[in-house]
Amino acid sequence: MHSKTSSYVGLLYVAPALAFVLTFTVYPLVQMVWMSLHNWSLIAAKKFIGFGNFVKAWNDPQFWTSLEFTLKYTILITPVLMVLGYLIALLTAENRPLRQFTRSVVFAPVVIGLGASSLLWYWLFSYDFGLINRALMDLGVIAKPVVWFGADADIALGAVIVSIVWKVVGFGTILFVAAIHAIPGEIGEAAMVDGASYWQRVRRITLPLTAKTILLVTLVSVIGSLLAFDQFYIMTAGQPRNLTATSVFLIYLNSFPYLKLGYGAALSLILAGIILVCTCLQMLLSRRSHA
Amino acid sequence: MSAFGEAAGRGMSRTSAQHHAQGLVGRLINGRQKYLVAAACVAVCTVMLLPLVASVLASLKSTEEAAAAPPTYIPRGLSLDSYERLWNYQAGLPVYFSNSLGAAGLTILFCLALTIPAGYGLAKFRIPGKEALFVVLLLGLIVPYQALLTPLFFLFVQLKLHNSLVGLAIVHTAIQLPFSIYVMRNAFEAVPRELEEAAIMDGCNSFQVLVHICLPAVVPAIITVSLFAFITSWNELLAALVIMNKDSSFTLPLILAAARQQTSIGGTDWGMLQAGITISIIPCMAFYLLLQKYYMAGLLSGAVK
Repeated sequence: MHSKTSSYVGLLYVAPALAFVLTFTVYPLVQMVWMSLHNWSLIAAKKFIGFGNFVKAWNDPQFWTSLEFTLKYTILITPVLMVLGYLIALLTAENRPLRQFTRSVVFAPVVIGLGASSLLWYWLFSYDFGLINRALMDLGVIAKPVVWFGADADIALGAVIVSIVWKVVGFGTILFVAAIHAIPGEIGEAAMVDGASYWQRVRRITLPLTAKTILLVTLVSVIGSLLAFDQFYIMTAGQPRNLTATSVFLIYLNSFPYLKLGYGAALSLILAGIILVCTCLQMLLSRRSHA
Repeated sequence: MSAFGEAAGRGMSRTSAQHHAQGLVGRLINGRQKYLVAAACVAVCTVMLLPLVASVLASLKSTEEAAAAPPTYIPRGLSLDSYERLWNYQAGLPVYFSNSLGAAGLTILFCLALTIPAGYGLAKFRIPGKEALFVVLLLGLIVPYQALLTPLFFLFVQLKLHNSLVGLAIVHTAIQLPFSIYVMRNAFEAVPRELEEAAIMDGCNSFQVLVHICLPAVVPAIITVSLFAFITSWNELLAALVIMNKDSSFTLPLILAAARQQTSIGGTDWGMLQAGITISIIPCMAFYLLLQKYYMAGLLSGAVK
């Protein structure tokens, strides 16, 4: 079956998937580039305006606010996710019943929906119906309820970060545990005989030998954060004054409620470009760490 | 601990009593560490589980208690009021639930129908320009689907696929396809060549080899792909928001989001929301707990690129 003619048989098997990707990924991608060069709304006729939409983005304060907010969210949440995820991985890496159980529990929120979990935390943080204000008051931490999703965008951002850390910290943990398991046991034992303390072993052995996984999880977290939408759509709804509207949120607002389709497409392309740069950076770094 | 014991063993002048005492101290330290780890594990589990438990408990409060501020920690009595209201909410829970189930089922079907042959073709045949082909198939990993929704929406309007579960499932398939192809190709590559060659000697054609020899061997990959397709589709919000704009075509994440949006106008029905959250979480949790082994294997095979 591996003769010269069989290559076309192979292509036949791949053809449906290829046709699907060409229709529903490549074609929309080309279409999006085309759209981004037009002033395009569902109501008026579309008009070619070249790079006008990109110039418009450059001069649009909301574009910069959203980009800045998205970057701020990404920069704040990534280290928290990485450090907590790694600490929990160290705690639960050994295959003992309680630790394996803890690993499963930490991972559980990863499989539930971002919408459902955002709504759950929206309730927990709610001003007068939320358990967080009630518990903090009962514990004497605060004197009166906090308005988590109100006029202060920073407080809202903090609340969203707490909820997302809860939701996705287990993703990193699982990959870190797998990476730790892949370290040959003898290396750790040799260091132990030499009298290295636990934290010395973590710093000198575990961390360097899991560097590639750390890089991968960082990239996945960064891309995930740059594409954040559900959590802000549900918890803050972009309020106050669109200050918590992320880049994807802005694309959504322009493309659908506002019907500025060309402008939305241009914003999409800019975001896709940023993600592409991040991916290339990761490939470059991981190739270097491989050598 | 072993370094400690060795040092103690080398101390030739020590009496056996000292020896014994040191062993005991060592064991005590070890014991304290064990309790510390156990305590940390329990603390982590508590933090992770509390929100879920709180939500399930809140969904069982009576109508009056669910609307009370400040909220009670534990319901005073158990009631299914919230679930009853959710059942009758707008078009009704059965409609949303079956929409979600339909989209997820179609997504699994599309993913398998496309990636089983693709994985087989990529793993078992010499195809001209295979590397380039693989890159095109994995394009979705680089281009975020969020960025493609506008042109997809237009395409769907032309094809009359907006407001349709098939359309939504197509987007969800596009999201899952790169990962699924990757998993399938790896699974087919692991099937030993001798098995196929024997079958070919017996006169099987490549399709028969796929069905009779390879498929039984890649069942774990089929489960992995299905599980990820289900979880992605069941939970996806943005594409559903864009493609489904008729109340009767809403999926569960949409109806949950819609219920939240009410707050800007009037009061939210917190009890009903909790019931909705609980209902939408249960299938994911059940599949995850049941098929954890495949989920982990799939995640790891996807991560080791």
